[in-house]
Amino acid sequence: MTMRRLAALLLFVGGPILFLSRRRGVRRERVHLYYADGSMVTLERGAPEAERLLTVARGVL
Amino acid sequence: MDAAAALADLTEISSRVEAAVVLDDAGEVIASTLADPEHSARIARAALDLLEGAEQRSASNGRELTQLEAALREGSVFVARENGRSIVATTTPEPTSGLVFYDLKTCLRSLAESEPAPARKRRAAKPKSDDDA
Repeated sequence: MTMRRLAALLLFVGGPILFLSRRRGVRRERVHLYYADGSMVTLERGAPEAERLLTVARGVL
Repeated sequence: MDAAAALADLTEISSRVEAAVVLDDAGEVIASTLADPEHSARIARAALDLLEGAEQRSASNGRELTQLEAALREGSVFVARENGRSIVATTTPEPTSGLVFYDLKTCLRSLAESEPAPARKRRAAKPKSDDDA
């Protein structure tokens, strides 16, 4: 009985934490472009332009 | 201050910067924190590729690209350019972007300031008029 409760607790607490941390990790990958006029554009991972630039950057790290 | 000294200052000030390379518009390495010249050249080429890729996007909106950050889980790649020179730096994950850009620009500006100013053309002597006498 105690083991079941422990497993349930792990599932309810650990599951969301794991989900959120993975989601955060994916969101962390992005490209920021800064322009002379002070404006900035963010290209999120998944966009074709961002993927190309992220691939180049990955080769450097 | 020469380029190597400017980069040494950069890595001393900015603890997040792991490696940095200064390059010219053609992609030639001017200075690097890395001992391996091939590695420096590879990073310089990547910086040009990043700028070129980003500029293709900028061409559509007509704005001038000055700097970029590619953030990955493993770390970030920063590229900044000014006065015909660019600097590319790799950092640890999740750096404070504003501070890294500030340090990179400071490095580029210290290089520009250390260059000798172009010789000024001497003006032709103004002929004296009778009123001057």
